[in-house]
Order: sequence, then C-alpha cells, then structure tokens
Amino acid sequence: MKIKKASSKILEGDLTPMIDMVFQLIAFFMVLVNFNQDEQNERIQLPESVLAKPPDSPLEFPITLHLTKEGTVIYAGQDVSMSGLPAYLAQERATLAGKQTDEEATVIIRAHRDTPTGKVQELIKVCQESHFEKFALRAKEEVGN
Amino acid sequence: MKLRHSTGGGDEKVELQMTPMIDIVFQLLVFFIMTFRIAAQEGDFNIKMPLAAPKEGLPDDLQLPPMKVRMTADANGTLQSLSLNEKTFREFKDLHEYIISIIGDARGPGSVQETAEVELDCDYNLKYEHVVEAITAVSGYVENERVVKLIEKIKFSSPKSAPSG
Repeated sequence: MKIKKASSKILEGDLTPMIDMVFQLIAFFMVLVNFNQDEQNERIQLPESVLAKPPDSPLEFPITLHLTKEGTVIYAGQDVSMSGLPAYLAQERATLAGKQTDEEATVIIRAHRDTPTGKVQELIKVCQESHFEKFALRAKEEVGN
Repeated sequence: MKLRHSTGGGDEKVELQMTPMIDIVFQLLVFFIMTFRIAAQEGDFNIKMPLAAPKEGLPDDLQLPPMKVRMTADANGTLQSLSLNEKTFREFKDLHEYIISIIGDARGPGSVQETAEVELDCDYNLKYEHVVEAITAVSGYVENERVVKLIEKIKFSSPKSAPSG
C-alpha cells in the first residue's frame, strides 16, 4: 500500500458540513426567538393551569398589563402606579378610536401568582372605569399533568 | 478605465473567501443563542366584566341559581376555605367533580353548560394563583389532549376592601 507523502501545500479542511450545521442552528434559534418584550417580564411569575392553551388566533387589540406581587402595574415596560394608569388607558382608548373599529380591546392581565386577588380586582376596576370590559387572565401552561 | 479580464484558460478554480462569512455567521449564532429564552406556552381565561350590572331580565327557566364560589384566605394569602353556595369543599378537585356533576353531558344552545355562571368571591389577600386554580376547576378539563369546556361565564363579585394594618 502506498502512503501519500504530506505535501508542502496548506491543508484546507472541508468547511461545508460545519457551515451546514451552523446554518441549521441559526435557523433553529431564529424561529424560536421572541422579540416581543411587551409580552414578557421577568418579575412576573404566572400562575399555572392545565387549561392555559395558546389561543388559535391572536387577539385583535390586546393591551398587556403586568401586575407585580407588590401591586405595581407594568405597562409598556415601565412601572406605573394604580392611580397613574387611567392616563395611559386614555391614550390606548384614543388610539383605538383612531382605528375606527367596533372591535373591543382586550386587556390581558399578567399577574404574579402571589399577588393578592384584591389587587387584581382593583386593576380590573381601574380598567372598567376607563371603559374596557373584556379581560383575559393569563396563565402559564402546566406541563406534566 | 481598464477592465480586468480573466486571463488564461477558464479551468482555474475560483476560491470563495470563507473567513468573513463564517465570522458573520458565528456572530449571528451567538446573538440568537444569547437572546434565546425557553418560554412556556401561555393561555388566557376570558372574562367579560361590564361596569354596570346587567339589566334584570325575565327569569329563565333553564337558568341555574347563581353559583358563588367563596374563597377565604389567612394572613399570608393561603387558601383557608373553599365553598360553592354554602357547600364546602376541601380541595379544588372536589369542586371540579361537583361542577362536572352539575353540568352533565349536555352541550349546545340553552344547555346548562351555556347558561351557568360562576361568581368568584375572594378575600382581598388571597393569592392570585388560587383564583386561577378555581377558574381552572370550574371552566373545564383536558381529555385526550382536548379541552372540554364546563362553565365559561366567570365574573368577580365586588372587591373586598384591603385589610387594615
């Protein structure tokens, strides 16, 4: 058997399989990435429920309000007190009026699992006073049950 | 201006510069790995709560008496008692089974499942997770990966005032 002698040429590895893999990985992470920061907040630990299935179609006009266990509302990434919320809701109402639609906006409430229920009800009341009537209480899907 | 012409025979092998592409591709890969967060699936419980109380209509024969779920809490917000119209339950599971027995198998317009309504009456400092547990118990269950709906109309009774001190 002949053994090839190592030539003095620069050895080039075949990059094709590596690039294949790397692109696969990029595609995987790109598909899963979630840019919507509005929908997430690290301070909120949602309660769990077996019935919390993702909806078939996204809501038409969602307004996401986070509620921490201390009772602070997080609206569009900033902390708002319960008493300061109507001003922001009025803005939402004005935006909605500009869209000229009969569709009702839905207030998504993402409350921390340990929040006192009274606080959640206070938040609902504040929204009701700003004429929002449809609410969605968000929960995390319970796995392994 | 001179245009460069390729000289020589066409059988010269063109080599692509891989280094810049790999640089960028790894940058992208690192970016997506860093921003990746495993998020659990989330779902909503819809409740409709108009500010004014609904107008009293003619009593419907099929309408069940309003179901009021009462939940009390201790100072830490832990659930202490759970009852539905004076009937006390030890666990949410018992409440769930009771609701199933009331609703039965009938579905469709005019059925008990459609007309029944649950009102949640909770203490101020009750932890919110218990409310979600109660809503889960009354609103349905999962069977063969599909959600079977029970009572869909859920509302809160007027909020209790915050405990002083």
